[in-house]
Amino acid sequence: MAEARRQPALAVSVQLADFDVADLQRRLLAGSAEEGAVASFTGYVRGAAGEGRLQFMELEHYPGMTERSIRDILERACGRWPLLAASVVHRVGRLAAGEQIVWVGVASAHREAAFIACEFIMDYLKNEAPFWKKEEGPQGAHWVEAHAGDLARAERWGDKGADIT
Amino acid sequence: MKVLFFARVKEELGCAGLELHWRDAVASLDALQAQLCLDGGGRWQDVLNRPNMIRAVNQVVVSADVELRDGDEVAFFPPVTGG
Repeated sequence: MAEARRQPALAVSVQLADFDVADLQRRLLAGSAEEGAVASFTGYVRGAAGEGRLQFMELEHYPGMTERSIRDILERACGRWPLLAASVVHRVGRLAAGEQIVWVGVASAHREAAFIACEFIMDYLKNEAPFWKKEEGPQGAHWVEAHAGDLARAERWGDKGADIT
Repeated sequence: MKVLFFARVKEELGCAGLELHWRDAVASLDALQAQLCLDGGGRWQDVLNRPNMIRAVNQVVVSADVELRDGDEVAFFPPVTGG
């Protein structure tokens, strides 16, 4: 794989406000013509059907550490693939089912690095970034438990990252 | 030193954080945790000693005991569930 020609542009935003994916993608490119590929992921608050259906999700985070840990993940992605830009937007606060919650955008010269880095970033974000979800449904509120499957997804990358066990 | 609690840990302790003066009794992460359990009583002991408790010093997760210095920021929280 060819080396990226410039220092990758990294951006992290933890915010209450909703975001516009088209706008974020435009800003990721920032007028450069080097990019041949952008891959992005958008996560939504999933409202499952049935009695216990989720109506709202409250997202708490650790201000300061959150931004720092996401930036660390982006830097590790840049160390593995020739990325030109990488950006994460993550919302906090009270979100309704169906709302956008997270966006990851990665720009590269070619699609392979963009696809793969986008997945890498999302896998580590779920395991390392200090966010906690509390679901609210008709039967009350409860904290979401961490999934072993999410840890397994991150571990398959074999990256020496933050030490979460 | 600043000690912070998040999510379920914060809720169960009824405490978002506290300020402590550095002293020998809290000169390491394990010592600090033992001191918090001692000061807080049974509930704090139950919550802070859960096997899945994550501890961070100066916003970096640590898996073993570490030395603490005056001005350090220590946090206790459950496994993360963002994304």
